[in-house]
Amino acid sequence: MNLTLKVWRQKSSREPGRLETFPARDVSPDMSFLELLDLVNEELQGQGVEPIAFEHDCREGICGSCSLMVNGRAHGPETGTTVCQLHMRSFKDGDTITVEPWRSSAFPVVKDLVVDRSSFDRIIQKGGYVSVNTGSAVDANAILIPKRDAESAMDAAACIGCGACVAACPNGAAMLFVAAKINHLVHLPQGRIERATRARAMVAQMDQEGFGHCTNYYECEAACPKEISVENIARMNREFLKASFSAQ
Amino acid sequence: MQLDAKIPEGPLEEKWDRHKASMQLVNPANKRKFRLLMVGSGLAGGAGAASLAELGYEVECFCFQDSPRRAHSIAAQGGINAAKNYQNDGDSVRRLFYDTIKGGDFRAREANVYRLAQISTNIIDQCVAQGVPFAREYGGTLANRSFGGVLVQRTFYARGQTGQQLLLGCYQALSRQIELGKVRMHPNTELLDVVVVDGRARGIVTRHLRTGKIECHAGDAVLLATGGYANVFYLSTNAKGCNVTAAYRAYKRGAGFANPCFTQIHPTGIPPHGEHMSKTTLMSESLRNDGRVWVPKQAGDRRPAREIPTEERDYYLERIYPSYGNLVPRDVASRAAKRMCDLGHGVGPGGLGVNLDFADAIARMGKAEVASRYGNLFQMYQKIKGEDPYETPMVMYPAPHYTMGGLWVDYNLMSTIPGLFVLGEANFSDHGANRLGASALMQGLADGYFVIPYTIGDYLARSGSSGVGTEHAEFASVRRSVEERIQTFLDIGGERSPDSFHQQLGKLVWDDCGMSRNAEGLNAAIEKLPAIREEFWQNLRVLGRGEELNQSLEKAGRVADFLEFAELLCRDALAREESCGGHFREEHQTPEGEALRNDEDFCHVSVWEHQGEDEPPVMHKEPLEFESIHLATRSYK
Repeated sequence: MNLTLKVWRQKSSREPGRLETFPARDVSPDMSFLELLDLVNEELQGQGVEPIAFEHDCREGICGSCSLMVNGRAHGPETGTTVCQLHMRSFKDGDTITVEPWRSSAFPVVKDLVVDRSSFDRIIQKGGYVSVNTGSAVDANAILIPKRDAESAMDAAACIGCGACVAACPNGAAMLFVAAKINHLVHLPQGRIERATRARAMVAQMDQEGFGHCTNYYECEAACPKEISVENIARMNREFLKASFSAQ
Repeated sequence: MQLDAKIPEGPLEEKWDRHKASMQLVNPANKRKFRLLMVGSGLAGGAGAASLAELGYEVECFCFQDSPRRAHSIAAQGGINAAKNYQNDGDSVRRLFYDTIKGGDFRAREANVYRLAQISTNIIDQCVAQGVPFAREYGGTLANRSFGGVLVQRTFYARGQTGQQLLLGCYQALSRQIELGKVRMHPNTELLDVVVVDGRARGIVTRHLRTGKIECHAGDAVLLATGGYANVFYLSTNAKGCNVTAAYRAYKRGAGFANPCFTQIHPTGIPPHGEHMSKTTLMSESLRNDGRVWVPKQAGDRRPAREIPTEERDYYLERIYPSYGNLVPRDVASRAAKRMCDLGHGVGPGGLGVNLDFADAIARMGKAEVASRYGNLFQMYQKIKGEDPYETPMVMYPAPHYTMGGLWVDYNLMSTIPGLFVLGEANFSDHGANRLGASALMQGLADGYFVIPYTIGDYLARSGSSGVGTEHAEFASVRRSVEERIQTFLDIGGERSPDSFHQQLGKLVWDDCGMSRNAEGLNAAIEKLPAIREEFWQNLRVLGRGEELNQSLEKAGRVADFLEFAELLCRDALAREESCGGHFREEHQTPEGEALRNDEDFCHVSVWEHQGEDEPPVMHKEPLEFESIHLATRSYK
């Protein structure tokens, strides 16, 4: 296949960026989207042009590093897929593909397609954990957890922290990310002890980072590579409301 | 180089307890006076950093990813072993210990492995307490499954994302300590050298990957939890960023490198296709619980799998190894697959593949149950290959996955440089010549949660505060060498990208020092490597500047180290004139093509000492003494 790529290039957060056009020739349908960028970068370097910076690591859809808007959609056209797991067989010969970084003011561009997602870490630091020190655990089977609860916790815990939910949301809300962690922990007895403080602190940090609010577009769920349900957001709102009425 | 493993006295079962009881302690109020530099934030590094901070130490933690949550431990799929015996199927600490020693082909240290088996049970408790959502039975208890090389069910799992969930447990514990101000996290920061003053590790020099800023960090101890070096093969299941730099820099500063030739080639990778392929993807070993491995009986049979009748299929693992069947250890399964392909029975493009078939499992328990166990793995396969594994068998071929070799450490996880500790995959200590499935997560967490918090206290209590700060002349000198090296990369101005050298290196190492090795190939590789290095330093092209995000520059540094390290790998493979575990020397095999160990001459750890830029390294031996079990021929038949 031969394709045309329009790629966002930006030297740094202080300089304006723009879309630049690059041809991609002899693209195999078995290539992943990131291997396509590898190919383009190899060509660019040959021509003395600085390669396109983009985040990636595991290339197996689990580390959450890759973060590209492909034709205006977070992680591209396939559902339940990170862009590293998107293959070129999803495109056809002659296509023009636009590649941009995550769109959100809470994720400032570092360079080209790389953004700063440290806000996510700061939200988790506010309470996305069970406060238990190493060594003070009871026997694992002393905490019985109904299979259904364990499964629900796992559904939420599958979040890879990529930020697609934010990038896809017209409001730039991080509700799905925050809700996933709150629900992972609240489904488990170990996580319920700190539920109120956790919900308050994580939501407060989310607001402070400049993320928008949820107005039920459901774009986050559609973009989520792990298909985490927006039901989590409803449950988080309930958690937050209950927490707001509970003693500090 | 002195190799004192410092294995405690006493019976095997009591060594760790006795050692803990005799270690010196640091007064809780004094712990905050010690600054510890943890490099890496995966299972070993994240667990270690969090646990040490909980104890009261001041911890600085470094990772090259943009968040500690993205360390490559996250990609582990299948599970984590522990001798809980919740299944009442005859498991015990002793059995986990024995399975691990045998799985490692009797090339691991008894005392370390026994401790690992003892600690394994605490790890599961800790992870559950943190809220790791392990799979459960209807009664609410934890579920288990089997992994290769064992006959009990001791593997705990969280769907096909066990590594992710365990890492998030660590990451959350670490996040809590960051919030409490006990850990200072340095994401986007890569170690470029280790600073040794008066024979002790006193700090590191790092580069901030987004600003290019070079920084010196001083500490009372340096801990490397920087993972393995399987990316020396270029195509591996490791994340693209995984590299040998931290371990190799430490080696060049005086740390012994142990058993580099012990590399694990995992049997179930998705076969390579085309020049553009940037990595191989692993399919979890757990699939071999229910998937059956087969090839056509007739060599060269190219019919689609479903058109080949059962009687014309060779379920070769079940045939050759009836007692373990499809769940033989990884090295055995990989070699068997290679043998079948070499004999012309391979399937898929180029005949480099074997079938992993779920038709019988689907017939037995239904598609829904198969989906609930392996759904995400099937989905991953379908995305990559464009084929539906519910309908047609997966095609698998072995792929570099893990490295058992690593920096030499004593029982306390300290390298040959005092004050330099090495945790997790980066060290060599527990897996011998082959790692069993679901044991990497166990070892990483054991080192981080339950070994280093004890052993480092003993070191600090004895050595006292470092007193060496970044103003020491050695920091300036190391920093200068790091800066000069970066400038050299930028100034070469040649024609070729770092990736192109990496690919060239990977192919060479895979061909001559991959799944099977011989003296001729290894000698040839050792001869070819200097020429590749020479071209690298003359014809490399790195565009852009050093003072900004520059991914080519990052790669250049990593590839430069791989180019040197590959020679050490080949030298070790050449010196080890036996076959054991993942190290298969064609000259040493049984008539059936199984690995033939030589306990007479090679029952030791090979530890390499760097001698200077143009000198060959010197090998030292740590003899392995087996007191508790006797050396047996490893059989899974």
